[in-house]
Amino acid sequence: MSHNEKLLNDDCHNSRRGFLKKSVAATAIALAPNVIVKAAEDGLDEKAAGYFEKTNIKLTINDIDYSLSIEPRTTLLDLLREQLHLTGSKKGCDYGQCGACTVHVDGKRVLSCLSLAVMQEGKHITTIEGLAKGDDLHPMQQAFIDHDGFQCGYCTPGQIMSAVACVREGHANSPEEVRQYMSGNICRCGAYNNIVDAIIEVKRKGGTI
Amino acid sequence: MITFDYIRPATTKAAIDALKKESSAQFIAGGTNLVDLMKHGITAPQRLIDISRLPLNIIEQKGNMIRIGAMALNSTVAENALIQQQLPLLSQALQAGASPQLRNMATVGGNMMQRTRCAYFYDTTLPCNKREPGSGCSALQGYNRMHAIFGASDQCIAVHPSDMCVALAALDAVVVIADSKGERRLPFIDFHRLPGNSPHVDNNLAKGEMIVGIEVPLNNFVKHYRYTKIRDRQSYAFALVSVAAAIDIKENIISDIRLAMGGVGSQTVATNKS
Ligand SMILES: Cc1cc2nc3c(=O)[nH]c(=O)nc-3n(C[C@H](O)[C@H](O)[C@H](O)COP(=O)(O)OP(=O)(O)OC[C@H]3O[C@@H](n4cnc5c(N)ncnc54)[C@H](O)[C@@H]3O)c2cc1C
Ligand code: FES
Ligand code: FES
Repeated sequence: MSHNEKLLNDDCHNSRRGFLKKSVAATAIALAPNVIVKAAEDGLDEKAAGYFEKTNIKLTINDIDYSLSIEPRTTLLDLLREQLHLTGSKKGCDYGQCGACTVHVDGKRVLSCLSLAVMQEGKHITTIEGLAKGDDLHPMQQAFIDHDGFQCGYCTPGQIMSAVACVREGHANSPEEVRQYMSGNICRCGAYNNIVDAIIEVKRKGGTI
Repeated sequence: MITFDYIRPATTKAAIDALKKESSAQFIAGGTNLVDLMKHGITAPQRLIDISRLPLNIIEQKGNMIRIGAMALNSTVAENALIQQQLPLLSQALQAGASPQLRNMATVGGNMMQRTRCAYFYDTTLPCNKREPGSGCSALQGYNRMHAIFGASDQCIAVHPSDMCVALAALDAVVVIADSKGERRLPFIDFHRLPGNSPHVDNNLAKGEMIVGIEVPLNNFVKHYRYTKIRDRQSYAFALVSVAAAIDIKENIISDIRLAMGGVGSQTVATNKS
């Protein structure tokens, strides 16, 4: 069984809408909130998930396709860490204030602690685990090592994901600009100067990162 | 976070209808404010209606105005070429808000609807009239150096924390609002409310309505403008006070001027007189 198949919950092959449409069984209708059933019948929803059960989503994480069964309230960060054991993305504050949970969704840096996993359906997610190519570190990972861009390392995965985006966005043209566009990532150890040096070096070396 | 159910309607109309049907339902767009408030137990909608994929993210010029869809991301608007050329003040204000990651998630509609960051509103163990009408205001006698200077009442001194809204108020924006019957337009400066006796009502959006866009008239404030934000650290902090200023100079004479202040009240304070 592949990693992916293992994650696929057996009872989740049917689409949620298909389930609602088919289940004339009184119990299911009694449990399902009216709006959801109605929307499913009208075909007006792309997706409906009751709080009373898990829902299926498909998404791509670090170039691997996943079919997952999740509760609507699961955040992307909890999905990554608790369900998929991708513990590189860190939970610093869980309230959008520190940047430790930064990942890329469809190429944009976002905070996974404030993202609901169910809303990411069909999207491409990149985490710190997806940056290196085999044993070859990503240039930004190497630059953080070369410049001592961390002490305890807790903020580092978020810093690196943010730093890669910062360079790709074209916001790494000066130390001042880097400080401005890296301000969403807090470092309790205060490794800021070395982090800025690492980013400036990657930018200076050029090439596609 | 308590449990809730989730729907993602395929059309704007279906989303508005869905909001009407369940009294505790709320839209979710970027989620940067709503998920935070739900985690803190400040709000607990039983159903979330995901509007983030609705086709309301277009930024375009229509005659002598620029229309920005409510679902446009704060980062997209800030970096859009048309906005940078025609409404640079708006771009500057957006860049001053939150962090790059948050701006990549936050939408224009959600930014207007975000709630106050008053610490007592967030602390569910203390009274707050905005969170729990009639319970009292802890900020009045509390730590309130970031609270309202203008328009406060004896029931609430919270401020609206948005940067984007300060520029929109200065630039005479209009809010486009839809419900199941059609659209209406509201001048931006009338969107947010003063607290008075009902501080729990932040704005004049009625139940069952959705913000679908913003319209900003073209102007001559493309050369002399500045958004200034005074805060406790250089970046990634809410404003103690912020100012959006723009002037139009013709033959060395100021022919038009706009000034608006943020972080000082539950509404942006604007002085829009030529
Ligand atoms: C750590 C941190 C720092 C921040 N700093 C700043 C700052 O410096 N300056 C600043 O301006 N902001 C700041 N913000 C706030 C941020 O800008 C807002 O959270 C964001 O703009 C909200 O947009 P959203 O799309 O994520 O809204 P959501 O969280 O999805 O929604 C917020 C509310 O708006 C409602 N809603 C959303 N869209 C619509 C619509 N189209 N019609 C009707 N209702 C709607 C939702 O039902 C919900 O009640 C900060 C946030 C955080 C977490
Ligand atoms: S854990 Fe997401 S910002 Fe702190
Ligand atoms: S290295 Fe310790 S928090 Fe940044």
